Amino acid sequence: MYKVAVMGDRDSIYGFAAIGLDTYPVSKTDEAAKLLKELADSQYAVIFITESLQSVLESEINKYNSERLPAIIPIPGVSGNTGMGLRNVKKSVERAVGSDIIFNNN
Amino acid sequence: MANIQVNPTRMELTKLKKKLTTAIRGHKLLKDKRDELMRQFLDLVRENKALREKVEAGIHSANKNFVLARSVMDDEVLNVSLMAPRQEVFLECHTKNVMSVNIPQFEYRTKTPDENDIYPYGYAFTSSDLDGAVKSLQDILPDMLKLAEVEKACQLLAAEIEKTRRRVNALEHVMIPQMQQKIKYIVMKLDENERSTQVRLMKVKDMMLEKAHHYSD
Repeated sequence: MYKVAVMGDRDSIYGFAAIGLDTYPVSKTDEAAKLLKELADSQYAVIFITESLQSVLESEINKYNSERLPAIIPIPGVSGNTGMGLRNVKKSVERAVGSDIIFNNN
Repeated sequence: MANIQVNPTRMELTKLKKKLTTAIRGHKLLKDKRDELMRQFLDLVRENKALREKVEAGIHSANKNFVLARSVMDDEVLNVSLMAPRQEVFLECHTKNVMSVNIPQFEYRTKTPDENDIYPYGYAFTSSDLDGAVKSLQDILPDMLKLAEVEKACQLLAAEIEKTRRRVNALEHVMIPQMQQKIKYIVMKLDENERSTQVRLMKVKDMMLEKAHHYSD
């Protein structure tokens, strides 16, 4: 039985607690890396992470890219959408196809 | 190719020919695998893009609702209202095999049987904006989980496609030409040997006949 976690700054994620996801507010980066590792090793199959935190933890997150679980998914935080999530999709297209054929460079 | 290091023997030739047929078959299979992976990947990635746009828009509007709710409520009241969640989400994870890539599939269940039983507070001291905010988040939760599934699948497929493409290219442009070159080299060498033996034999025969019959006298 797996669960869903949400990581990020408190303002962006406190609402998710109400709908039954486990929220882990983080403020410091070094704590965040440790927490991410802990969450990935425990019973979480999906970890939603705010885009601002994702950009800081990029190298840690890339480690889990080729593993089956957990799925680490960036979501926009309260400060707005940085376009990071779509950029990640674009990156995986480039990795697979060799060039971007879905987004046509926009 | 200058740096061919191979024994020009019949045994080596048979071995190389066998290796070449295997390599050609492997190349064909891997190419088919790559094409099929690519087809599935492109479908998935389009879905991924659409879902992501939808989810990002949903979260954006939910965040707006939460900001509205905060503006009319005290921080303490808000914290207390959301402190003890009533709902809990459990995931069940199945594995789907796509061209031998294991893709996770999520199925979610909630703790309370009614999915809309989400408000962990009484309505007396909270604003109705908060209800709307929580509801808007709840509405995009299925899409978020679907997005997680699709995006993970895309990442895994992309990695596998990259690997397969490298293998196909290595076989097509390095392994197979090299082997063909080696086979050609051995065949030429063997032919050359055979010709030289033949010539030697003819020469010896001439010499022997010469000795027996003294043609030149």
